[in-house]
Amino acid sequence: MKIAVCISQVPDTTTKVKIGSDGKSIDPSGVTFIINPYDEFAVEEALKLKEKQGGETFVLTLGKDSAKEVIRKAYAMGIEKGLLIKSETELDSYAVARNLADVLKDINADIILCGKQSIDFDNNQVGSLLAEMLGLPSISVVVGLTVEGNKVRAEREVEGGKEVVESTLPVVICAQRGLNEPRYPNLKGIMQAKSKPIEEKQPAYTQNKIEILSMSLPKPKPKGKIVGTDLSAVPELVRLLREEAKVI
Amino acid sequence: MSKVLVFVESRDNKIKNSGLEAACTATKIAGDLGSDIESLLIGSDVSKIASELSAYGIKKAFVVEDSRLEKYSTTAYSKILAEAARQREADIVILSASAMGKDLSSRVAAKLDAGLAVDCTDIKVESGNIIATRPVYAGKAYIDIKIKSPVKMFSLRPNVFKPLKTDGVVTVVEKLSVNLGDSDFGAQVKEVIVSDEKLDVTEADIVVSGGRGLKGPENYYLVEELAKVLGGASGASRAIVDAGWRPHSDQVGQTGKTVSPSLYIAIGISGAIQHLAGMSSSKCIVAINKDKDAPIFQVADYGIVGDALEIVPELTKEFKKVLSN
Ligand SMILES: Cc1cc2nc3c(=O)[nH]c(=O)nc-3n(C[C@H](O)[C@H](O)[C@H](O)COP(=O)(O)OP(=O)(O)OC[C@H]3O[C@@H](n4cnc5c(N)ncnc54)[C@H](O)[C@@H]3O)c2cc1C
Ligand SMILES: Nc1ncnc2c1ncn2[C@@H]1O[C@H](COP(=O)(O)O)[C@@H](O)[C@H]1O
Repeated sequence: MKIAVCISQVPDTTTKVKIGSDGKSIDPSGVTFIINPYDEFAVEEALKLKEKQGGETFVLTLGKDSAKEVIRKAYAMGIEKGLLIKSETELDSYAVARNLADVLKDINADIILCGKQSIDFDNNQVGSLLAEMLGLPSISVVVGLTVEGNKVRAEREVEGGKEVVESTLPVVICAQRGLNEPRYPNLKGIMQAKSKPIEEKQPAYTQNKIEILSMSLPKPKPKGKIVGTDLSAVPELVRLLREEAKVI
Repeated sequence: MSKVLVFVESRDNKIKNSGLEAACTATKIAGDLGSDIESLLIGSDVSKIASELSAYGIKKAFVVEDSRLEKYSTTAYSKILAEAARQREADIVILSASAMGKDLSSRVAAKLDAGLAVDCTDIKVESGNIIATRPVYAGKAYIDIKIKSPVKMFSLRPNVFKPLKTDGVVTVVEKLSVNLGDSDFGAQVKEVIVSDEKLDVTEADIVVSGGRGLKGPENYYLVEELAKVLGGASGASRAIVDAGWRPHSDQVGQTGKTVSPSLYIAIGISGAIQHLAGMSSSKCIVAINKDKDAPIFQVADYGIVGDALEIVPELTKEFKKVLSN
């Protein structure tokens, strides 16, 4: 079985966003970059599938040279091969998906795993865009997956419950938290990852459809009111919510 | 001239509130652009509900009906929406960024070669251009964006745009035909597992969430009772999801759900940056925490510093009392 995983590099979740000097992007100084948390679930699922069914695993990422770090992380977890589509400019989801599709169309993967969303731009787009570009079915927000023969059964999260979705291979799966527990790389894996080669190529598409005009921070909230420090504050809180905030 | 097509989401032949939000917002945008507006419903039996859109100012509704469309299918629904946009020559497609909308929109965007602005929290027309505002980095920042492709798509964050009723509009309902073969049902929903009729945190106007300050899973009922009295949904911090007290579907935050209800009550939640990312755009935030320095108080509009196990039952009682009057 051929398993491809698309991973991206994003700022760590503890990042305090500062706007950069262009007014359109974040100031990257002092920011730690990590593998997109949802993509870790995708990598883990790929490794589990491989362990069960045999096959080869392959990760690809589009990003700056520094994105090699996330490929090394995937290597350390157990992925065999990696490709960096090297782009120093920021591409939108559509362009990213086009470039990934361009590589994947020649690979004939049985299953392509993505994360639900990248936690930088929170687009939730690339997996489904990619599937459409490759003419494949896609299942998004997946929290449970079984593959038997060429039959795929996935559970996806929706408002107020789950949908059980069936499809056949090849398929694109977008992982949600809850799908699995990503493994910690062991020391041997980490050491090996350092010297493993990473293939590189240039992006074939560099046209964006989205133009960012400006980036801003949420308006700071005026300081809230501590209504009290014991039970006697309860009626006052209820009154404030009804009469001042008017939310009840 | 440009034309707006709005996809109005329905489930089980009922129009979803997020569908109405999209319909009203699309009507407003079309008005500002001076464009035509048409709507689309997809399902097994949706023509009879399409006329409900008249109360929201929608004059034209197209329906695509087929028994196989009773349950959502990514491939079939995306084919229909893209086909409808082409047939109706719409260059602006608007829908909700609900679970269905998120899944559907990118596939349609690929089919229409459209740029897609997802999860918009504001959308306006400035000198003939649509400018969308959307949160990035889990709401730690916002971007204003413009779409450059000829066809433009926008999905709207649920619960942000309010559906407004209007009078004096009649919705003309018309069937639209789209050829559907078995291969259009590539990934098909076989079954829907409803989690005990629980209202989802992303759909609720009031959310009450609990965290590790509740001390143990046996006390989570305090959160549920308060949510019930307020007609809201109950949520959780990641700490108690990881501890197995609550399912992942309850988690609010950067790697959980993003909510923006009118009222968010955080009980025994410290307010870690990843939690704040999922709820800080709520209109009114109440925190109950025994540590006066907990970061949650920095985003809270109102707070009580105290023991949740003591305060929450009393709060539930008080709400019960005032709401029954
Ligand atoms: C990659 C990543 C992603 C994450 N994503 C999320 C996410 O999506 N959502 C999320 O919530 N977290 C997320 N986290 C975890 C986050 O960093 C915090 O660990 C978590 O939110 C803490 O949960 P908590 O507030 O319930 O627990 P704690 O931080 O332990 O806080 C408990 C609070 O309860 C108070 N308390 C204690 N006893 C009482 C009492 N008797 N009465 C009242 N108050 C009391 C304490 O003062 C304290 O403030 C993420 C972390 C990482 C690394
Ligand atoms: N630059 C990228 N390189 C490789 N995969 C990506 C990239 N951006 C997004 N993806 C994949 O698409 C998923 C959804 O991302 P997004 O649509 O950007 O929210 C991610 O979880 C990744 O699996």
